[in-house]
Amino acid sequence: MNILVCISRVPDTASRIVVGSDGKSIDSSGLKFVVNPYDELAIEEALQLSKKNGGEVTAITVGTAANTDVLRTALAMGVDKVVLIKGDEPGDSSYVAENIAKYAKTYNPDLIFLGRQSVDFDSLQMPSILAEKLNIPSVSVVSKLTVESGKVIAERDIEGGRETVEAVLPCIISCQKGLNEPRYPKLPDIMKAKRKPIEEIEAENIVPKVTILSMEIPSKKRVGTILTDSDDDIKELVKLLHEEAKII
Amino acid sequence: MKKILVYLELQGDALKRTSYEVVSAANKLAGAASIDFIGLIINGNEAQAEKAKEYGLKEVIIAKHDLFDKQSSMAYSEAIAQAAKQEGADCLLFAGNAAGLEIAPRVAAKLDAGYIADCIDLQFEDGNIVAKKPVYAGKAVITSKIDTDVKVFSLRPNVFTAVANPVDSFQAKDFAPELSEDHRKAYVTELSKNEGKLDVLEADIIVSGGRGMKAPENFNLIEDLAGALGAAVGASRAVVDAGWRPHNEQVGQTGKTVSPSMYVACGISGAVQHLAGMSSSKIIVAINKDKDAPIFKVTDYGIVGDVFEVIPKLTNNIKAIK
Repeated sequence: MNILVCISRVPDTASRIVVGSDGKSIDSSGLKFVVNPYDELAIEEALQLSKKNGGEVTAITVGTAANTDVLRTALAMGVDKVVLIKGDEPGDSSYVAENIAKYAKTYNPDLIFLGRQSVDFDSLQMPSILAEKLNIPSVSVVSKLTVESGKVIAERDIEGGRETVEAVLPCIISCQKGLNEPRYPKLPDIMKAKRKPIEEIEAENIVPKVTILSMEIPSKKRVGTILTDSDDDIKELVKLLHEEAKII
Repeated sequence: MKKILVYLELQGDALKRTSYEVVSAANKLAGAASIDFIGLIINGNEAQAEKAKEYGLKEVIIAKHDLFDKQSSMAYSEAIAQAAKQEGADCLLFAGNAAGLEIAPRVAAKLDAGYIADCIDLQFEDGNIVAKKPVYAGKAVITSKIDTDVKVFSLRPNVFTAVANPVDSFQAKDFAPELSEDHRKAYVTELSKNEGKLDVLEADIIVSGGRGMKAPENFNLIEDLAGALGAAVGASRAVVDAGWRPHNEQVGQTGKTVSPSMYVACGISGAVQHLAGMSSSKIIVAINKDKDAPIFKVTDYGIVGDVFEVIPKLTNNIKAIK
């Protein structure tokens, strides 16, 4: 069973985001970049499945040479092979999806894992677009997965409940917290990963479908009434919520 | 732009509340662009769709097929794409919920359309739609537009208001998509409901607890307050990682991003990842013993005090006025 894991490189979630001088992207100076946290679940799930069923795990990403660091993290976690589809920083999801789809068609994986979303652009479309390009099923935001006899049984939370989805292989799964506990790479593995090869493929340029016009930091201006824990103040809070905010 | 198509989603026997939000948004855009909009419902009937008349919907397509006996994002998206082509619809709107977020991008790919997910604002300007969506889990917002002829958007639940705008006439027409088992290689086999438990994504009010609650058993205070407010229970990453609360309650950058009418943060200091997931809430209330906690920088109403003393009193006061 061969598994392809699509990963992306994102600012650490503790980062403060500042808009760059172009007014439509972030100022990435001084930011620490990491493997998208949901993609760690994808890598972990792939590694556990391949240990059980055999086959190889390949991690892939699209973008500039800066992405080699996250590919090395994937190697340190234990994937067999990594691929960088080298090109410009992605302008939109279709660029990434088209390029990964092209690779997947030659690699023919039984499963493709991704994180439920990349916590930078939160574009929320890679699994579905990729699935459509490859004409295979996909299940999103999966927090429990069983793979057996040519099919997957995946559980996902929906509003107010949980659904179980059955799909045939090959299939795309986007991973949600709860699916597993991603391993931390060990130091010797991190060192070994530094010497492993990274396969590079030239990215195909795809005309973007979406154009970003501007980026801004939302105003967090709030009423800002701060009260004490006295009985009167707690009563006052309820009164404010009732009369001023009109929420209760 | 020529025509807008809105996907109407059923929950049990009635349209979901989010469907009305999307209809209302379509009504506004169609008005600004002087074009028509039409609804599409799968596995539903005219009476169910007609409820959206209150929000300006005049016409609905009822897609029917034997393969709809099982819920399938794959089959549904193929049917919606076929209907959009037949109707000449070049703008498709979906609710950005669990189903919509699976279906919308598939439909977009089928129609070779650009897609913007999780929109919080849509405006018709100079012949195109300009969309705002949160990125970096709400730490920033981007304004963008779709350059392809066909455009697909999903709308964040709870953000677009369903505005009453009743119309007199309403008509329905059947649509039979061409589908085979190949279009249904994934489908839902089981659905379980969290009985009586409100989900943070759907809730109008959320009461969340963080590390300041000190132990999992203390969440009964959070549950009581949530009960008094008719709210859902949320949690910070710290307490979910500690195993005190389930993953589906986690609010924040690696959890759920929520925009309720009111968010009550109890014993949550306000790490940047948490703030990213809840700062678009309409009203934010915080209870924390540390007056310098970052959460107080984004609150409308704050109480500096011990959660174990404040929460029970607050719960009683709320019960008293309700």
